Amino acid sequence: MRQLLLCPPDHYGIEYEINPWMSRARGADTPLVQAQWKGLFEKLSSLDCKIELIEPRPKLPDMVFTANAGLTVGRRFIPSNFRHEERAGEAPHFARWMEERGYEVVWLAKDLYFEGEGDALFGGDVLFCGYKFRSDINSHRAVADVLGCLVISVELVDPRFYHIDTCFCPLPDGGAFWFPAAFDEYGQRTIRDHLQDLIDVPEEEAVHFSCNAVVLGRDIVLPEGAPKLVATLQDRGYTCHPLPMSEFLKAGGACKCLTMFMPQRESVE
Amino acid sequence: MFSETVILRGHIIDSLILPKVLDQILTQGGDFKIGEIKIGQNRVDQSFARIEVSAPKHETLDDIVLRLRQHGAEVIEKADVQLAPAPADGVFPKDFYVTTNQQTFVTFNGAEIEVHPALMDCAVEIDRESRRATARKFHEVRRGMEIVVGHQGIKVVPVQRSTSHTDVFEFMSTNISLEKPKSGIIREMATELQRARAEGGKILVVAGPAVVHSGAVPHLVKLIEWDFVDLLFGGNALALHDIENALYGTSLGIDLKRGSLAERGHENQMRAINVIREAGSISRAVETGGLKTGIMAACVRKGVEFVLAGSIRDDGPLPEVITDTLEAQAAMREKLTGVTTALMMGTMLHSMAVANLLPARVKTLCVDMNPAAVSRLTERGSFQSLGLVSDLEPFLRELTNTIAP
Repeated sequence: MRQLLLCPPDHYGIEYEINPWMSRARGADTPLVQAQWKGLFEKLSSLDCKIELIEPRPKLPDMVFTANAGLTVGRRFIPSNFRHEERAGEAPHFARWMEERGYEVVWLAKDLYFEGEGDALFGGDVLFCGYKFRSDINSHRAVADVLGCLVISVELVDPRFYHIDTCFCPLPDGGAFWFPAAFDEYGQRTIRDHLQDLIDVPEEEAVHFSCNAVVLGRDIVLPEGAPKLVATLQDRGYTCHPLPMSEFLKAGGACKCLTMFMPQRESVE
Repeated sequence: MFSETVILRGHIIDSLILPKVLDQILTQGGDFKIGEIKIGQNRVDQSFARIEVSAPKHETLDDIVLRLRQHGAEVIEKADVQLAPAPADGVFPKDFYVTTNQQTFVTFNGAEIEVHPALMDCAVEIDRESRRATARKFHEVRRGMEIVVGHQGIKVVPVQRSTSHTDVFEFMSTNISLEKPKSGIIREMATELQRARAEGGKILVVAGPAVVHSGAVPHLVKLIEWDFVDLLFGGNALALHDIENALYGTSLGIDLKRGSLAERGHENQMRAINVIREAGSISRAVETGGLKTGIMAACVRKGVEFVLAGSIRDDGPLPEVITDTLEAQAAMREKLTGVTTALMMGTMLHSMAVANLLPARVKTLCVDMNPAAVSRLTERGSFQSLGLVSDLEPFLRELTNTIAP
């Protein structure tokens, strides 16, 4: 059974602007925030997984996006080194929480920006890592050193899709769905080289963060607003669970950003 | 060319980072050389590449490197040159770096500076304030000047040999071609001169008095009149024999038409010197009509600059002859800017002296009837020299016939 880490949105809000989605003039509607997060929590709970919760901390509104806590493989946890000072305060809380639960915490060098699962997703036995807006490409090398796996670094070119998990979602049968224009030409080529059966998401659906989905076996929990993608995935035998995510989209996040796998992979052999 | 060395590490092959970086260097107007590459054997093994990135301008290189850093390129910090003060006027510090005639860069405060001029057998002076690197001869150095010592922080960029089959220097570089058909080589030399002129390069002619003795004056005059000569270097003898010939029809007393000693011919040289000294200078003698024909007169009429360097056995000398060797060297060096091709004929001493002042990028054509002179000139380290063993008159006759407009 998969284990997931979530963080209740008690302190969530748009308090700064560190991506094109965020605008302090357009705050989140608190009751709706609670309702949408509860919707996600309940949906995931109804699927085959176990959910752990970390206590939210005041003044860390984005702590709700646990995907950026770090990357967990087996019993090892690589905490994030956030690029923006606004989020840097989250890292010690996540690291301590993981350590208390017996995970081996492996920090990367402080000068290497790395934003966890938000920029590092396994597709098959390859770890696809995004770089430029948030994570540094040099952090990928350090992650490869720690994990001993093949890391494919792909450049993100559209600031709206600043983490790889906003535009790329690997599937358990070896494919993925993605928004190709979020990657540079070399990134697109290398993803095509390594994965077969790629499902291109049209821009009008990608902007609803349709790729920011939590895949649990044959179940896919994703933000609503992507009827074409849902139809394609259902044709391939997946069950889709679209959820309203409007309040989290205001911060540039959705289902996957709100979730971290513990671990994302048991091992990389 | 300015350059930086960068290192790429990681899964750079599978991620297509290496090809991306190389493509970006080229599309941004740079160039690269892969110094070292290690490709991981297994799927999870990381690869490594050391790449020398170069660009014609410093700003272009900075832009390229800035972009490459985003893709994980680490820049290898360059070590600065080491400096020591000159202990006295005219003396370099111990271990001073000796220049070549190749384009040279020194790293100072982390930035590359080109050494000017590209002159061999000098030391490099660094001026901290103006951030200039200058090649200095012994006599130019002053006590306390900061001079580069050792080899750290120095980059020499050799002239690339042409790989084009249309370039004469490609197939005969530094060959004196004794056994090759002369007319073919002369044709190639003519093409080279035409190309230099078409491309706006300056053509330097270094000539000895043999041009006059061999009866080649009319041919060289034609080259001057057809604008194939921008600069003439020689000694007292070249000018003097030319003027003696122009005024009296003899060269060292020999009647050039008949080839025999003219009556009282030995006096002609002295009388020629006197005519010019009386006029005040060669230029003045031409302007006042005292000197009408010959190489020097053609130069004055066409405004071709000349430098005449003196030597210990000179008669006279003529007023324009610079008798101080350091001064003569400085005068030559000053005029060499912009020279792309040098035709050196019939004077080993002047040719060697000039060759030592030329940057390696200047193409040199050497013609002498003495094979030893030709080989010494063509083998002195110039990357683009072409030699021909020939008497000067037939050479220049054929060259002018080929070039004739």
